[in-house]
Amino acid sequence: MTAIDVTPVGAAAPEHVPYEPPAAVRRGGTALVLVLLIVFPLLFSNPAVTSIGVFSMIFLVAACGWNIFSGYSGYISIGHAAYYGIGQYTVALLVLHLKVAAGWDTFTLLPVAGLIAAVLAVPIGFVLLRVRKHTFIILTVAVMFILQLLAFNLTSWTNGSGGLELPFPTWSGSFFNEPFYYIGLAAAVVACVVSWWVRRSKYGLGLLSIRDDEDRARGLGIRTTRTKLIAYALSAFFVGIAGGLYAPFVGSVYPQFGFDPNFDLAVAVLVFVGGIGTLSGPVIGTLLLIPLQQYFYLQFGNDNLFLIAYGVLFILILRLLPGGVAPAVTQLYRRVLVARRLRATEPPAPPGTPAAPGEAERKEGTP
Amino acid sequence: MLVLQAIIDGILVGGFYALMAGGLTLVFGVMDIVNFAQGILVVLGAYLSYALYSHLHIDPFLGLLITIPVMFGVGITVYWTMIKPIKRERVIMSLLTMFAVGTAVEGILDYIFTSNLVAIHTSYVNASVRLGSLVFPSIYLYAFVMSVLILGGVYYLLYRTRFGRSLRASMQNPTAARLVGINTDWVSAFTLGIGVGLAAAGGMVFGLTNSFDAASSYDLISRLLAIVILGGFGSLSGALVASILMLVIQDVVAVVWSPTWGQTTFYIVLVLVLLIRPQGLLGRKAVRAQ
Repeated sequence: MTAIDVTPVGAAAPEHVPYEPPAAVRRGGTALVLVLLIVFPLLFSNPAVTSIGVFSMIFLVAACGWNIFSGYSGYISIGHAAYYGIGQYTVALLVLHLKVAAGWDTFTLLPVAGLIAAVLAVPIGFVLLRVRKHTFIILTVAVMFILQLLAFNLTSWTNGSGGLELPFPTWSGSFFNEPFYYIGLAAAVVACVVSWWVRRSKYGLGLLSIRDDEDRARGLGIRTTRTKLIAYALSAFFVGIAGGLYAPFVGSVYPQFGFDPNFDLAVAVLVFVGGIGTLSGPVIGTLLLIPLQQYFYLQFGNDNLFLIAYGVLFILILRLLPGGVAPAVTQLYRRVLVARRLRATEPPAPPGTPAAPGEAERKEGTP
Repeated sequence: MLVLQAIIDGILVGGFYALMAGGLTLVFGVMDIVNFAQGILVVLGAYLSYALYSHLHIDPFLGLLITIPVMFGVGITVYWTMIKPIKRERVIMSLLTMFAVGTAVEGILDYIFTSNLVAIHTSYVNASVRLGSLVFPSIYLYAFVMSVLILGGVYYLLYRTRFGRSLRASMQNPTAARLVGINTDWVSAFTLGIGVGLAAAGGMVFGLTNSFDAASSYDLISRLLAIVILGGFGSLSGALVASILMLVIQDVVAVVWSPTWGQTTFYIVLVLVLLIRPQGLLGRKAVRAQ
């Protein structure tokens, strides 16, 4: 696995050109995105548009959570719908058995959904994390399907393929989406903050070192199993919350939509398009693709053309920006910066002298 | 007796699952890529046979003479246009690329054939052969014979021909294979062609034995990946053993317990086996670690 966004400590950056935009730009950008997300439902009150917003928030929570494990550890999970489904069923079963009122009371169950997903992720992860690479990828899918089949078969709990119905909140139609949107946004902010903390902490460094070379990381004294397991449970927590938000929003839970193979791939795709293993990647990928996908769906959904459009678009993105949007932007920024520095430090060459050898060296150092 | 019947059914159906999974495992072994589109390509093969049968009245088995070369061409085209340009993170990028290709193909199939379930109804679909108290649907017998023939052909290609030797060399060590003058690009392209061609053959049988639509691909790909993992990535005989094992387990559990638990049991067996042998039943130990 190539490191994408890690600032190499030893490698001398040519002329100390930073690998990231300055803090002011990053903070300003983050604040701008956050403000835009907060005022979004106030500007567009059309329920069709705000429901796209709710789906974006659900996927944003899931993508940030997924990235904490798969992005930072390099273990690609295509089975996190397992926790999406667990989150959905947790909320549905608690609402139905404890007779929780629909609406705001249901949202108090979200942390429970996350916690149950995380607790179940520990034994599952312990088994899964014994294998690596492709086998790990496929095993995650297998576990997801085991859970899906259990949801189909344990009919006394889950009502099998009949699914569970959740009561809808009694909010009026024009205000229905907004609470889901803001709760989703809050959960997404928490997920991003946790992701940021992991990225900056010593624990996160251990996780990143596992991505770069697991055997060597172990040799350096990192408790690899424990490190991976914590990240796995952490990401399951957020994906569980995403599921817990989805179930009351659509008002029903079915095995094939809870433990949904499409969800698995969708989340991986979002993060990959944005830039896997980066902090901003999941956010960029989700805010770019989910609205687009929903737009395609609304526009061409009748003739199934949206799948073709989405597939072609996805191929194009993979071809044009193989590392993802976020790394491409940082690289572009850095290239501009390096070029500008080179031009600034270059003394105007006296006519007749050949190009200094130092120049060639410096150019080699640029990415 | 029911159990015996279930076991024999499992072996017969396992034969054609081995066709589809064999394509997947070969492609992985040579190119290190997971062909996530194999499921939808199988369905594409089924639709091609369906179209040939319903519009031109060509028998599906005869139609393979058309569909396999067509799908072979599809595989080669996909290799040169999609897989070859991938420079880094090959494993996950190729998986995502194939997923994207699969999504587009699914959309196209949905558009052309709509999402109504179809099935290929030839005259022999409902016929069966009786042997004592055992009953075999004759379509399963035909399919099994065809699968054995095709897999035998692939074996011959792999172990008795010059191309097979270059293919196995590329599998073992791509760099060294290039050094001794093997054009690994063409080997990879042909391998993907063969893999997709096998999907055409498997798809034909799938279309004869199931009603299907484009969305059937998700169930298929998860089963195929499970088979390939259980057998060991890159091992053709592993794919055969694992497919038969999977179908036998499923059928036997369906008889002695309940049909709903068949597939769950298989996945649980898969997880248990991998705990003991992470490389699968017949897989090589991963020497190309990391």
